[in-house]
Amino acid sequence: MGEPLLKVTDLKIEATAYPPGEPPQDITIVEGVSFALEKGCVLGLIGESGAGKSTIGLSAMAYGRGGVRITGGEVRVNGRDILRLGVRDLRRLRGAEVTYVAQSAAAAFNPAKRIMEQVIEATLEHGRASRSEAEARARALFATLGLPDPDTFGNRYPHQVSGGQLQRAMTALALCPQPDLVVFDEPTTALDVTTQIDVLAAIKDAIRETGVAALYITHDLAVVAQVSDEIMVLKGGKMVEHGATDQIINAPREDYTRALVSVRSIAHEEKVPTADPVLRVEHVTARYRGTSFDVLHDVTVEVHPGQTLAVVGESGSGKSTLARVITGLLPPSDGQIRFAGRPLSSALAGRSREDLREVQMIYQMADVAMNPRQTVGTIIGRPLEFYFDLKGEAKRKRVAELLDEIEMGKGFIDRYPAELSGGQKQRVCIARALAAKPRLIICDEVTSALDPLVADGILKLLLNLQKVENVAYLFITHDLATVRAIADSIAVMYRGRVVRYGTKSEVLAPPFDDYTDLLLSSVPEMKLGWLEDVIAHRKMESAGN
Amino acid sequence: MHPILILVSQRIALGLLLLWAASVLIFAGTMILPGDVAQSILGQSATPEALANLRAELGLNDPPVTRYFNWLFGALQGDLGVALTNGQDIAEALGRRLGNTLFLAFWAAIIAVPLAIFLGLLAVRYRNRWPDKAISGVTLASISIPEFLIGYLLVYFVAVKLGWFSSVAMINDSMSLGEKLSAIALPVAVLVLVVLAHMMRMTRAAILNVMQSAYIETAELKGLSGFNVIFRHAFPNAISPIVNVVMLNLAYLVVGVVVVEVVFVYPGMGQYLVDHVSKRDVPVVQACGLVFAAVYIGLNMVADIVAILSNPRLRHPK
Repeated sequence: MGEPLLKVTDLKIEATAYPPGEPPQDITIVEGVSFALEKGCVLGLIGESGAGKSTIGLSAMAYGRGGVRITGGEVRVNGRDILRLGVRDLRRLRGAEVTYVAQSAAAAFNPAKRIMEQVIEATLEHGRASRSEAEARARALFATLGLPDPDTFGNRYPHQVSGGQLQRAMTALALCPQPDLVVFDEPTTALDVTTQIDVLAAIKDAIRETGVAALYITHDLAVVAQVSDEIMVLKGGKMVEHGATDQIINAPREDYTRALVSVRSIAHEEKVPTADPVLRVEHVTARYRGTSFDVLHDVTVEVHPGQTLAVVGESGSGKSTLARVITGLLPPSDGQIRFAGRPLSSALAGRSREDLREVQMIYQMADVAMNPRQTVGTIIGRPLEFYFDLKGEAKRKRVAELLDEIEMGKGFIDRYPAELSGGQKQRVCIARALAAKPRLIICDEVTSALDPLVADGILKLLLNLQKVENVAYLFITHDLATVRAIADSIAVMYRGRVVRYGTKSEVLAPPFDDYTDLLLSSVPEMKLGWLEDVIAHRKMESAGN
Repeated sequence: MHPILILVSQRIALGLLLLWAASVLIFAGTMILPGDVAQSILGQSATPEALANLRAELGLNDPPVTRYFNWLFGALQGDLGVALTNGQDIAEALGRRLGNTLFLAFWAAIIAVPLAIFLGLLAVRYRNRWPDKAISGVTLASISIPEFLIGYLLVYFVAVKLGWFSSVAMINDSMSLGEKLSAIALPVAVLVLVVLAHMMRMTRAAILNVMQSAYIETAELKGLSGFNVIFRHAFPNAISPIVNVVMLNLAYLVVGVVVVEVVFVYPGMGQYLVDHVSKRDVPVVQACGLVFAAVYIGLNMVADIVAILSNPRLRHPK
């Protein structure tokens, strides 16, 4: 046995950072990472954002994204150090020996070219097959990956197919040149769980059938456990633990790995609904202006004081539209909203300042929900001024209290959003919502953009605040693990309708309706062989029907 | 109906509406100009009776709306009236001049457009390195120097000192194509230098904007060469802004060449317009205005249509 397919030794990667108001400085992104990958094996790279996973993955193609530079160590592919290669030889490596599957296929496909043209481009460029051979190969891959009409699929433009299909087409693009190694960079992260499971199974089948080796990058340990032979855990650009998948999942050695494995294990006792709901959405139907179909059909849900209603569903199911209707941004075409027993005006303009104060909102993207040129103190102080007329020292004192409540402390009062981490930004948004002393906070996917451990912290904070302030949450999410952690009652939405609604224990207990069953069974579990079990189970069921 | 047909026909309808609005503006604009055509034809010593007769003959006593529609329907049938100053048929004289102007503009465009796009691609390929800086510097300089100065500099050095080309760009029907091209070489050179920078810089900016996209990284990771990445993947997505600025410059080549035509004594539209403005020959001015407006609106309409056609989402709806 000669050298392994990929051998990375003592990798060091640097970039230049431009901190505000300071001279540029070099920072180390990855340091001292070494690993080897044999032919046909899959190595999972896992870690939170900033752990350097993508950077390491791209180093297998000697590529640095943005201003990133590989400054030390060796990356050997098929026995030669690719960091020493010239531009021409590098080009021969990229797209031929090593290929790449990007996180967002929707952005990674050129909108102006047909899918087939893009899938076979690298194969033709490197002379690895004739055009007709390459097209035949692509059609075979489309079939393997379970794409509809594999013979004509390639004639379409990227905008004509769905996100899940495009992600599979991206996999076909990477496999078409018959590379030795594929780098999968979070290939299912942007997909709904129900789509993710199909794409995951398709990728796994394709890897097995072609015998290609792969680096599989993700932040979701449950996902990587399904596809990889080995897992390497990364944190802050350094290796934490590297071992067989079985060992990492079932017998992690390091504390950090254990934390990743046991994430989302918040125990939350479901509360009993009280007599008077704080919010009642009654038979609401809504559509956007200039469109001819209803985004919400006859939606009825209620939220009780001090409790959490989780609204679950995949993208396009109408979850966020419901939030827009409740806040008055989108007047419903039918039905009404009652708040604490009184009807709320359907339009924003008809609501009093008091109405506005009592319903606050927290968004998915904390960094775009804040003015980047205002300090934390100004951001949190604004509702204090607007609703309570607090000024000067009184305002500053209250801001400091709120910062204590979100476990950050008054040292942050003069910082700008750019100087905060993702989790801290979301905490500031929570403090801003709390500042208005609302009775209901609508949380729209507030943890979706965060790393699991950080998201965990945010959920714990929200639960604590609920106890102290007795505030109700309407929690919009696509993530069922989050739902389990915080909900008292659940509404499952599908294509604008509430298909299942009740207390958490009712909704999560069988018998299930078809959609809830599909949704629940699609959530990756941190268990080896889970994917095969689910797929086999589904095949049996469809055969039974 | 295919959505693209609807969009394109909307653009064309809008273009025609705009052209009509422009005709109203041109007519109204020339109406409120001071001075009296009859007076300027007959001179200061004309008798009141002669002036009145001439006014009646020219239809100057009709209400403006009637005169506008008479003029508009005439123009639609290709009858632009006769020049007041010399009694020539405007359509015929204008047609000859327009032909000359289009001839000049055509050759300038044939050189300038591909050159500008090529230089733009080259600047992107070597962005922030010396070829990019050299291209940007030279084109910026050429757009900053007034065109008459470039014209006279070329006349002095190339025509007078070197004697390669004639300094006067007179052409007529008896000349062969080669002779004509030789005659217009210098004005073409000046026009190319003037429009090059604008188009080249827009090409560079539009492509650089596209170069930020994730699919460019995909293309790079396919191992494509730098130029292939730009030409195959970035350029098709930058067509719409590039075509817009190209069309604006083509329009400039037709309607904005007055200075260059004067410098090189070229018998085109610009000179014709300037001559007749100074003689207060209103029908000629109106006709020229209408032709300029039509060229401008027509080219911009073409830019809009190309932008629509270059959008795959519109060409191939779901």
